[in-house]
Amino acid sequence: MPDALFLSAAIGLPYLGALVAALLPRNRSSLEAWLAGGVALLTMGMVWLLWPSVSAGEVPRLDLPWAPELGLTFVLRMDGLASVFAAMIAGIGFLVVLYARYYMSPDDPIPRFFSFLLAFMGSMMGLVLSGNLIQLVFFWELTSLFSFLLIGYWQHSAAARDGARIALTVTAGGGLALLAGVLLLGHIVGSYDLDRVLSAGDLIREHPLYLPTLVLVLVGALTKSAQFPFHFWLPQAMAAPTPVSAYLHSATLVKAGIFLLARLWPVMAGTDAWFWILGSCGMVTLLLGAYVAIFQHDLKGLLAYSTISHLGLITLLLSLNSPLAMVAAIFHTMNHATFKASLFMAAGIIDHETGTRDIRRLSGLNKTMPFTARLALVAAAAMAGVPLLNGFISKEMFFTEALSASTDPTLLHTMLPIAALVASVLAVAYSLRFIHGAFFGPDVDTLPRTPHEPPQWMRVPVEVLVFGCMVVGILPAATIGPFLDVAVRSVLGAGTPEYSLAVWHGFNIPLMLSMLALALGVVLYRLLQRHFRTGVEGTPLLRGLDGRRIFDRAMVFLSWRFARTLERLLGTSRLQMQLRLMVCGTILAATLALLPYGLRLGGVTLTRVDPVVALIWLVGAGCAIGAAYQAKYHRLAALVLLGGTGLATCLTFVWFSAPDLAMTQLLVEVVTTVLLLLGLRWLPKRQEFTSTSAALLPRLRRARDFTIAIGSGAGLAAISYATMTRPSPEGISRHFLARAYTEGGGTNVVNVILVDFRGFDTLGEIAVLGVVALTVFALLRRFRPAPESIRAPEQQQGGEGDWLLIPGVLMKLLFPVICAVAVFLLLRGHDLPGGGFAAGLMMSIAILLQYMAFGTRWVEDHLRVRPLRWMGAGLVLAAGTGAAATALGRPFLTSYFAYAELGWLGKLPLASAVLFDLGVFGLVFGATVLMLIAIAHQSVRSPKPARPVLGAPVPAPAPALAGDL
Amino acid sequence: MELILALSIGVLGGSGVWLLMRPRTFQLIIGLLLLSYAVNLFIFSMGRFPVGRPPILEPNTMGDPAVFADPLPQALVLTAIVIGFATTALFLVVMMASRGLTGGDHVDGRGPGQ
Repeated sequence: MPDALFLSAAIGLPYLGALVAALLPRNRSSLEAWLAGGVALLTMGMVWLLWPSVSAGEVPRLDLPWAPELGLTFVLRMDGLASVFAAMIAGIGFLVVLYARYYMSPDDPIPRFFSFLLAFMGSMMGLVLSGNLIQLVFFWELTSLFSFLLIGYWQHSAAARDGARIALTVTAGGGLALLAGVLLLGHIVGSYDLDRVLSAGDLIREHPLYLPTLVLVLVGALTKSAQFPFHFWLPQAMAAPTPVSAYLHSATLVKAGIFLLARLWPVMAGTDAWFWILGSCGMVTLLLGAYVAIFQHDLKGLLAYSTISHLGLITLLLSLNSPLAMVAAIFHTMNHATFKASLFMAAGIIDHETGTRDIRRLSGLNKTMPFTARLALVAAAAMAGVPLLNGFISKEMFFTEALSASTDPTLLHTMLPIAALVASVLAVAYSLRFIHGAFFGPDVDTLPRTPHEPPQWMRVPVEVLVFGCMVVGILPAATIGPFLDVAVRSVLGAGTPEYSLAVWHGFNIPLMLSMLALALGVVLYRLLQRHFRTGVEGTPLLRGLDGRRIFDRAMVFLSWRFARTLERLLGTSRLQMQLRLMVCGTILAATLALLPYGLRLGGVTLTRVDPVVALIWLVGAGCAIGAAYQAKYHRLAALVLLGGTGLATCLTFVWFSAPDLAMTQLLVEVVTTVLLLLGLRWLPKRQEFTSTSAALLPRLRRARDFTIAIGSGAGLAAISYATMTRPSPEGISRHFLARAYTEGGGTNVVNVILVDFRGFDTLGEIAVLGVVALTVFALLRRFRPAPESIRAPEQQQGGEGDWLLIPGVLMKLLFPVICAVAVFLLLRGHDLPGGGFAAGLMMSIAILLQYMAFGTRWVEDHLRVRPLRWMGAGLVLAAGTGAAATALGRPFLTSYFAYAELGWLGKLPLASAVLFDLGVFGLVFGATVLMLIAIAHQSVRSPKPARPVLGAPVPAPAPALAGDL
Repeated sequence: MELILALSIGVLGGSGVWLLMRPRTFQLIIGLLLLSYAVNLFIFSMGRFPVGRPPILEPNTMGDPAVFADPLPQALVLTAIVIGFATTALFLVVMMASRGLTGGDHVDGRGPGQ
């Protein structure tokens, strides 16, 4: 399987090289360049090693499982098309590395440059070698990412950052569209495998989803290849270092879109939609790019727009649905890569040696750098389509195709020859501008640097490329012929047409057109001389059409104004409004859920009304309403009334056979009330307004809230009543009741559920409790009271001991009793009401009573509870009990039980669940006491000047109670 | 009896929702507590309201759902009570902290007179 090895190496090597380059020390001789060059050559070697199989018509393939559950396989395959692109990527990559070795300044972080470049090369290789569509999109987006990093390589320059951002937004956005398109393709074909997709052309073209799929895929391709109306990112990307431009915008990044179009050509082309969308975009791009290119003053800008124009030409060829046009497209892709890369490099050399790229300032460089001038001249001539150079042959093919397609009656078809001629005339003009503007004309001595020839090796890449242009231009069939043939055959298969790669086809219309274009181009350039001399910025007639500015406006609108408007219209930072909306949303959701069924009552016979319960709830509901009424001005009263409701709830639990609930509720009630009482002190005083003439608006607001409250209350009551009048469905209760004793070893089913059946839930719950306690503690460490509540309350100012004298004695005496009861509750929990939760709360109430009787300072002096240790020990014990089961080979938290005879004390249940419950007890006790201590401690902290303003610097917290824990 | 309990749940929930939409932090806490009572009772009502059913099993027997009180809602509510306690404590401290930081007790952190 050497082929598989070569395939994986072709992708793996660049990435590996990128990794190594990234780790190299900065600017240590030219090690990075050697590494990058070596990697590029090796990659090229891999392509060459695969060539024998590919040229024999085989498709070397490597399948690796990627996500088999999703039916995704990582497939590398190399057919003719892929091999030609891979050779361009690796070959031009090598030349660019060589060039960059001399171009980059030693002040730049060179390792990073080569690392990005190699990673980009690897992504491009991955893209062209992908045998799976999802994988192709993945590498597609990787090329967007790495091109972003490369374009923005000079991070200090705002233009580079902007250019990189725009390029990423456009190309990665297009990549998302492509992903959607590819998903649709996979949906149509039933597979993402490229070979299966390529053999399903008819299925795809006739599918109802063909058009959306086509549009999405084309958006991806057109954004990447900088086609109108997405072309504007490419000129902005010229802020990149020139080697990057030479690589990205000649052979790789922008050709990825062309590659994709060629790749999917056999299955997606051949329809009117394909022709109209691609054809119109291609033609507009071809003409627009060429026209704008003439008026660029920046050498790289000129090349950028000419690139756009040439890409438009290739797109137009691909749109024609003719196999011969396909041949021309692939051929021109190769030719464009060679002459455009060399031109970019030449522009870079000029920039490097003179310090400017502005055509208005450059002149007469032919004398000082004659060799570079010759090279650039040949490359520009190839771009203009001068005979005996490669550009001429592919342009001739383009004319032929344009003429043969123009027999179709549509407007776009008949316009083709004219468009081709106009574009060629413009191409001649901008090529002339590049050469004449920079190398000819009078000498100037106002350049930033004195120009001279570049180092010999910096010129070598240009020489190689220009040599390629000439050889292909003179002997096309002998040089490029076999490669082109393999590439074309891999796309067109049996339908490959007869074509002739020759310089001379006799006197025919395409030749006439070529000659005409050359002549007219020269004339046009002469006519425009006067305009160029004025040095005006911008393109005549098209000044208003600035893609960049439209893009910027769109971005500002989308990411700033639109978002802000939406936020202003639909969002609010007011919590009241949010809560109100939440409540209304809930009511709405419940109503909508009920609408289809209506709310009917069940048929269960109601239980007899017990007057005691009725009385309890008369009081309970009254207390609730009272609490709601009083909560604003009489907080203490509201708290007391709240307790009344709590007690009613508690009694209900007792009444309906839920002793555990009643006990826990009662204890929680006590602790909550005390904590709230402790918090009351810090709230501002509020005087009830005596005036009755309240403003209209607040009254309306209250009326609205009142309606909502009544609505939700009525809804709750109705749903509750409807539920209660239905028979209780058979749930999993039977399971718990049946197994509580036989398998859990306890008669208190609720407790067994908590510590055994659902032990893991309980473990999570106590962990939450612990987290809350720690949060409370942490929040209060930085607590700064408001200025008006700093003053010590009346009780703390007078002599201590005057308050609660008799109850204080009782509470002290009760302390050991309560502790004993807590332990009792804990131990009996498995069989009788009680358990860790209740016991922990009970124990903390013992502490709490001491606080109430003697004040914070006294308790802190006399009682040293270490809540953090209790919590830690409890959590470890609970988790450890579970882990012990794991150690014995059982699932986590499996319990074991037995009874121990303790003589007259009775039987003690010794289930391992009791240990777990002990952990629960420890944590609940620790957490509750920690909260209590933290809140209570606030009142004895030495008063600090308060800082009521948000965001003001907060001084280091006073040494609080950290030492006590 | 069902009607009484359903009405009580409604009253508790309605009072809670009313307080929830009030502008003062303390009202919010009381409202949440009332709401949690209502919700706990509602969950508890899933076991319906049979009177006189024992909650504790006899040793060495398997329980029968027709005879014993439904333990599942009870276990759920027990958990809810404890978590409700924890959140109340947390809200209380947030209330204290926001009072200290903003100088007022408005839920939006606006100080007095703003």
